[in-house]
Amino acid sequence: MSIYLPIAEMSVNLLVLLAMGATVGFLSGMFGVGGGFLITPLLIFYNIPPAIAVATGANQVIASSISGAIAHFKRGTIDFKLGTVLLLGGMAGSSVGAVFFALLRSLGQLDLFVSLIYVVFLGTVGGLMLVESLRAIRRTRNGTAPALRKPGQHNWIHRLPLKMRFRTSKLFVSIIPVLGLGAGIGFLAAIMGVGGGFVMVPALIYLLKVPTNVVIGTSLFQIIFVTAYTTVVHSTANQTVDVVLAFALMVGGVAGAQYGAKAGQKLRGEQLRALLAGLVLLVALRLGFDLFVRPASLYMLSPLGES
Amino acid sequence: MKAILLLLAATGLWSSAASAQDAPNQPETVQTQPVQTQAAENIQIGLSTDRIAITSDFSGADLTIFGALDNIDPLLARQGRYDVIVALEGPTRPVVVWRKDRILGVWTNTQSATFVNVPVSYSVATTRVYQDVTSPESYRQLSLGPDNIYLAPAEGTSPATLDEFRAALRERKKATGLFNERIGGVHFLSQNLFRATVALAPNVPVGTHRARAFLFRNGAFIRESSTTLSIQKAGFEQSIFEAAHDYSFFYGLFAVGLAVLTGWAGSIVFRRE
Repeated sequence: MSIYLPIAEMSVNLLVLLAMGATVGFLSGMFGVGGGFLITPLLIFYNIPPAIAVATGANQVIASSISGAIAHFKRGTIDFKLGTVLLLGGMAGSSVGAVFFALLRSLGQLDLFVSLIYVVFLGTVGGLMLVESLRAIRRTRNGTAPALRKPGQHNWIHRLPLKMRFRTSKLFVSIIPVLGLGAGIGFLAAIMGVGGGFVMVPALIYLLKVPTNVVIGTSLFQIIFVTAYTTVVHSTANQTVDVVLAFALMVGGVAGAQYGAKAGQKLRGEQLRALLAGLVLLVALRLGFDLFVRPASLYMLSPLGES
Repeated sequence: MKAILLLLAATGLWSSAASAQDAPNQPETVQTQPVQTQAAENIQIGLSTDRIAITSDFSGADLTIFGALDNIDPLLARQGRYDVIVALEGPTRPVVVWRKDRILGVWTNTQSATFVNVPVSYSVATTRVYQDVTSPESYRQLSLGPDNIYLAPAEGTSPATLDEFRAALRERKKATGLFNERIGGVHFLSQNLFRATVALAPNVPVGTHRARAFLFRNGAFIRESSTTLSIQKAGFEQSIFEAAHDYSFFYGLFAVGLAVLTGWAGSIVFRRE
């Protein structure tokens, strides 16, 4: 059953898109992530032009993050003030990212850069997460209590100026690292078509020492707005958002996410983190493999003067 | 695959004078032809419609074009000495061909060549295998066939690697199905009536396509006839495309709204009992 994508200008199999959305939705529901880091590479493997895969991936992340965000909103586990400061940085980062994206595309290096940045980020984050979660699993086996947050401990980040109080997170921290983190995530959102949850969550926990219970909600809140902003920026600057493609992925995604969430409740936190780390590393390896192995064709065509 | 049937419009719309003007690079055979026989053979093709709409279930199609020959020599026709090649050329766009080389172990786009006016798609149907129709020089002169279509490099392209990149461009276009050929895709229904079937790839570009029919006699090019065909997206697809380009900001907002609604609706539909 094929469907014609009006922006990608190609005909693809609708069932493949729905299955792709459902699989990623299941995993994102299970692990509580947006799934953009899976959907964008999958679309690229499926021969969707990277420019469209990235912009449409960002669009799809909104749908997969919204139900989680609603749940956290009801529970009151969103730090709106922290989320807003992150978002301000995110918008700046996303705008810079979209311009950089257009520049790379005109230089013919977009595909390489997208692959490289995926390998570097997924590899690093996946590796760190794997080490951390395996350590946590060993600790629980040995019976020692995990100690994620040590209240008295401060790092160099807490010595920066321009401090601001975030009541929900019980934090008093400089806004410089918060804006910087937001900008970095926004940049990644524009280049990689991801929400950035896989960078945001560890950064909030380990760098800013945000309490774990507000981390996910705040991250989702920020992700929704950054990906929404990214979608509009890509749509305006590059006309690369394909709503037909995005909608097919979303429909599969929201259905899969509900079942994934149920499956996720059966697993312990550190087990989930170890599995997610494994998955992230697999995607990184798969993309890395393509970088180093001689491609089937050494040649690539690209339209001239696309901005 | 569904077949789009375009019927013959056997009227004298395409006069021989017009087709001679269309192709100023025709080889000498055209000019010398009237001297040899009382009236030169002529070829005409016609389309019953001048536009095709791509609908949401489009997955490629076969396009059938009918055509007729005039003033043919019945004896030669009986001996099968007439050949027809039909080519459907898509809209042209500039294309950059990149070549990957290994840098620090990573395959990176390094060298590139730019070609101006490359047809996005190019579909050919022939009566017989290429070498039985006419000579390689003739194909080159006519710029006919995926391997012979002339691809003009942009100014400043290095001549050293030009052939390599030109071959790569053809190879990539063929690999994606945008350049395709159907040997034996032209059938004679009678001595002077023929039917050509060319393939439209699933990713056929929208825009104005030009159908060209080339007539050969005894391996010599006689005459060409051409007509245009507009391939467009159907209503819904076209509206989306236009919205994305003309109202890109609001289109982006719409995409965001759609995502929010879908995610929200999903969380309600699948809410745990």
